[in-house]
Amino acid sequence: MLSHVINESQLAKASTGGRNVGDLVFKNLAMFFAAMILVLIIVMVVEMWNSSALSREKFGLSFLTQSIWDPVQEEYGALPFIYGTLVSSALALIIALPLSLGIAIFLSEITPPWLERPLSFFVELLAGIPSIVYGIWGFFVLVPWIRSDAEPLLSSSLGFIPLFRGAPYGIGMLAAGMILSIMVLPIVSSISRDVLKAVPRAQKEAALALGSTRWEATKIALSYSRSGIIGALILGLGRALGETMAVTMVIGNRPTISASLFEPGYTMASVLANEFTEATTQTYLSALIEIALVLFVITIIVNSFARLLVWSVTKHGDAASRQ
Amino acid sequence: MVMQRADNSGSSLRFYWRKAVSVTMYVLSGLSALVAIIPLVLIFYYTLSLGLSAINVDFFTQLPKPVGESGGGLANAIVGTLVLVGLGSCISLPVGIMAGIYLSEFGNNAFGMAVRFLTDVLNGVPSIVTGVVAYTMIVIPMGHFSAYAGGVALAILMIPTITRTTEEMLKIVPQSYREAALALGISHWKTSLRIVVRTALGGVITGIMLAVARAAGETAPLLFTALNNRFWHTSLDQPIASLTVFIYNYGVSPFDDWIAQAWAGALVLMLMILVLSVAVRVATRSRFEER
Repeated sequence: MLSHVINESQLAKASTGGRNVGDLVFKNLAMFFAAMILVLIIVMVVEMWNSSALSREKFGLSFLTQSIWDPVQEEYGALPFIYGTLVSSALALIIALPLSLGIAIFLSEITPPWLERPLSFFVELLAGIPSIVYGIWGFFVLVPWIRSDAEPLLSSSLGFIPLFRGAPYGIGMLAAGMILSIMVLPIVSSISRDVLKAVPRAQKEAALALGSTRWEATKIALSYSRSGIIGALILGLGRALGETMAVTMVIGNRPTISASLFEPGYTMASVLANEFTEATTQTYLSALIEIALVLFVITIIVNSFARLLVWSVTKHGDAASRQ
Repeated sequence: MVMQRADNSGSSLRFYWRKAVSVTMYVLSGLSALVAIIPLVLIFYYTLSLGLSAINVDFFTQLPKPVGESGGGLANAIVGTLVLVGLGSCISLPVGIMAGIYLSEFGNNAFGMAVRFLTDVLNGVPSIVTGVVAYTMIVIPMGHFSAYAGGVALAILMIPTITRTTEEMLKIVPQSYREAALALGISHWKTSLRIVVRTALGGVITGIMLAVARAAGETAPLLFTALNNRFWHTSLDQPIASLTVFIYNYGVSPFDDWIAQAWAGALVLMLMILVLSVAVRVATRSRFEER
């Protein structure tokens, strides 16, 4: 391949006085930088794989299933963190799903164009707020509200479910889920809006022509774009899984697994943020790096899956609207 | 049951029911948009009111005071954030822009698809993980925390945004521009740089500003790379302060004075990012109106 290019350029050099050497250099330089992104990802994986060797050899697969995290005894199990990450993210999606569907429908079906632009801008502004600002807002405003209002209300009305039992600390899994849901709303709702807009007009017009109400036509659009909306949700999940600062400030940072959402928890990202600089022994550091590796692998799988879903849908939508 | 009855009153009842459902669902979707706006408004309200009351000239010009002494500012942290974002930009700009040019101008092949996909994947990598990688790659070999490590961590976060927006913006440039330039005998690389990139320059800068805004607000990758510093940094080889890490440290501290300064820091950070995103919005709007 390369020799072919060189031959071509040598030919060109002979005929045009060497101007195409510039082309060759430029193209290969651009390719070099593009390849650096590939190399970067490989280096990231290799670095984390090598640096976590100590912990991988000592604990093996039980690292993922052990729930004791005791730096004093050099016992490391990542289960409470994996549990905390998954539960807080799932909670965030459960809260965010109906809201962001509502926003997407509102923006794509109802809003007049003059209102749509500023509204989309506001929703996207939410995405631009730094995680640390969500964190101190959550810590000083959301958590006290959860402690004084939300948790007493939930435990008095739904206290028969173990999820909503326990003392109202404020900080805990519920607070983490709520702050995460606010943070994933922009991405989920803006992608859902794009996916809904990619539904061919003819689909909705056909439904309306058959006598359905506007909501029934919207329902048809929703089922048409189902996999795109699932993709948007999974992209939101990817964001929630890796979110660090806001969660660290409100989740309580205690490596326990408890049934109640009122209890404190801990996530993979939070334990890295809190304990990385305190890791005094090689095994401790290596265990933390292994947690980073696990988090990396989980988010890569989740994001790849979501990208493929959104990609297949928007492509499909484009193709359908052109027909 | 109502539907099966053929008489008029039944079907009209059914009709009004369907109408009512339609209206209710639309009202609910409007309400959810409203509910989503509430946290945004609250965050702006608290940051503004609590931040403004703590902000003064000292905040921008003084170093942090030791525990127990009131006053002082976060001047070193503001400069530190700028230095870190500058370092991140120095690394990520050449990589991001050149990779974007490759994807748009030469990337119509399997390698291009792979890079495009991996760039999207890199975009989803949690920022704390890039901090861990910068720690193992730079902090451990060097033996101490440094501004360089923080810059590298931020650069890893900035590269995918710059790459993908550069690619998208260059793709908007009409194919006829390239053909016209090539037909005039201008070599391919000059066409790419002088015609295509220059035409799309506004869009490329938009992408860069988005990446800068995101990097300026990051805390997690700096916690164990740039660490923190209560004094002015004298070289990039040392730990360096940043606004975000100070907001975190001060926000969880037990001192009212520090907490107030954390809100002031949050306000300054939000203003920086708001100005950037409004600028991006204005820049892209005028570009679309031209077209």
